[in-house]
Amino acid sequence: MADVKYTDEHEWIRIEGDVGTIGISAYAQEQLGDVVFVDVPAAGRKVAKGESVAVVESVKAASDIYAPASGEIIEANAGLAETPGDVNSEPMGKGWFFKMKLANKSELDGLMDQAAYEAFVKGLS
Amino acid sequence: MTEPSAGPLKRTPLYALHKELGARLVPFAGYEMPVQYPTGILVEHAHTRRAAGLFDVSHMGQVRLTAKPGHNAAKALETLVPGDIAGLQPGQQRYTQFTNDAGGILDDLMVTSTGDHLLLVINAACKDADLAHLQKHLSATCEIEPMFSRGLLALQGPQAAQALARLVPAVATMTFMTGAFFTIDGAQCYITRSGYTGGDGYEISTPADATEAIARKLLAQPEVKSIGLGARDSLRLEAGLCLYGHDIDTTTTPVEAVLLWSVGKERRVQGGFPGAAVVQKQIAEGAPRKRVGLLPEGKAIAREGAEIVIGGKVVGKVTSGGFAPGLERAIAMGYVEKAQSANGTKVELMVRGKPVPAEIVPMPFVKHAYYRG
Repeated sequence: MADVKYTDEHEWIRIEGDVGTIGISAYAQEQLGDVVFVDVPAAGRKVAKGESVAVVESVKAASDIYAPASGEIIEANAGLAETPGDVNSEPMGKGWFFKMKLANKSELDGLMDQAAYEAFVKGLS
Repeated sequence: MTEPSAGPLKRTPLYALHKELGARLVPFAGYEMPVQYPTGILVEHAHTRRAAGLFDVSHMGQVRLTAKPGHNAAKALETLVPGDIAGLQPGQQRYTQFTNDAGGILDDLMVTSTGDHLLLVINAACKDADLAHLQKHLSATCEIEPMFSRGLLALQGPQAAQALARLVPAVATMTFMTGAFFTIDGAQCYITRSGYTGGDGYEISTPADATEAIARKLLAQPEVKSIGLGARDSLRLEAGLCLYGHDIDTTTTPVEAVLLWSVGKERRVQGGFPGAAVVQKQIAEGAPRKRVGLLPEGKAIAREGAEIVIGGKVVGKVTSGGFAPGLERAIAMGYVEKAQSANGTKVELMVRGKPVPAEIVPMPFVKHAYYRG
């Protein structure tokens, strides 16, 4: 069972070994509304924790996606170019943004688990 | 689309209905307004283009101008706007702008003559300033009645006519930019065949307390779905229509904004509106800049504020930009220097620091489909 954690920017990261898959939460996609374009990072790019690495465009606005940890991008979700709406319909599944090789997994220690994130979202409404 | 405002947010007569329909409500021009309903902006946009969408635009201001004895309301209003208002026949509607002494635009508005008075529809964010402006300049000649509590419903789309005609059969034969009084369920309404989507449709001015019942009757028609401000914005952008405070404001003239079509032919010659000298000079010599359509390559969206660049030099700015659901691509409009404004001109739009190639194109992006009989 993979470990999923959340940032307070409403990104999720699924951790499998030293690879993390990143996307945005169901709450985030709902707030954004219909997603029409995702600017995903190129494989091979080295990123620092907190760096803006992707942009998700909804009809209404553009939002930055930040790297939840340092490392190297190993794959971007090419499918989003054709079906950006996957971010709305399956934010935790087909709507993933990119995978990265994690440089230092201890950077993820401060992130929220599922229960903590749900409580965090509840506190926002 | 949201903006800060002082004081508690106001609500339109449809607030409870919006809640019931699951709308996401956001602050807009001092009102709590629906930006979208649960199906989302893309579905709402497509529905309006295919069938009929019902928009709550009750936040907009409605004002009645009636001439005082011995005066003429149309002539009086012409001292504040460049449109041909005196030439309006009863039941005719026209688009015009309040201008300032520099020829800048204080607001844009619709004016309809009912025969014995004029009905104005002004922007929500400008309505208090517009009312003060009218009172300052026209109090001697006109009775000025703000009707800010009235409801205003826009029913837009190719099936708007068949849906509304079930309630009011006579609307079927109305033509674009005309208006008339009708009774719906005992409530006196003023209906114009007009809108802000580039498509066919109507705007229905309703007594506040009848607004919800009329909206429910319209939503009960099989063609009609409720549509929020998000789709209203994407629809008007596809139609190349200006959004006040973004594409036009006090620093842009009707000539720069390519709204000269709305300036009366005689009025171009005779003037008599604020800033007439500036507008006339620009008509004669050309304006320093021009509002243009922009088609970016690829998927990136250039939004308001993005710089327009040619060969490394900034030649203008995007004033509205977004995703056009009907075209499944990004579109934008903005101002560029006159010398660079020809259709086909290649430019770059700066999106998050990166240049996106784009081309200046004619507007509208989506062909207008007004009903002209």
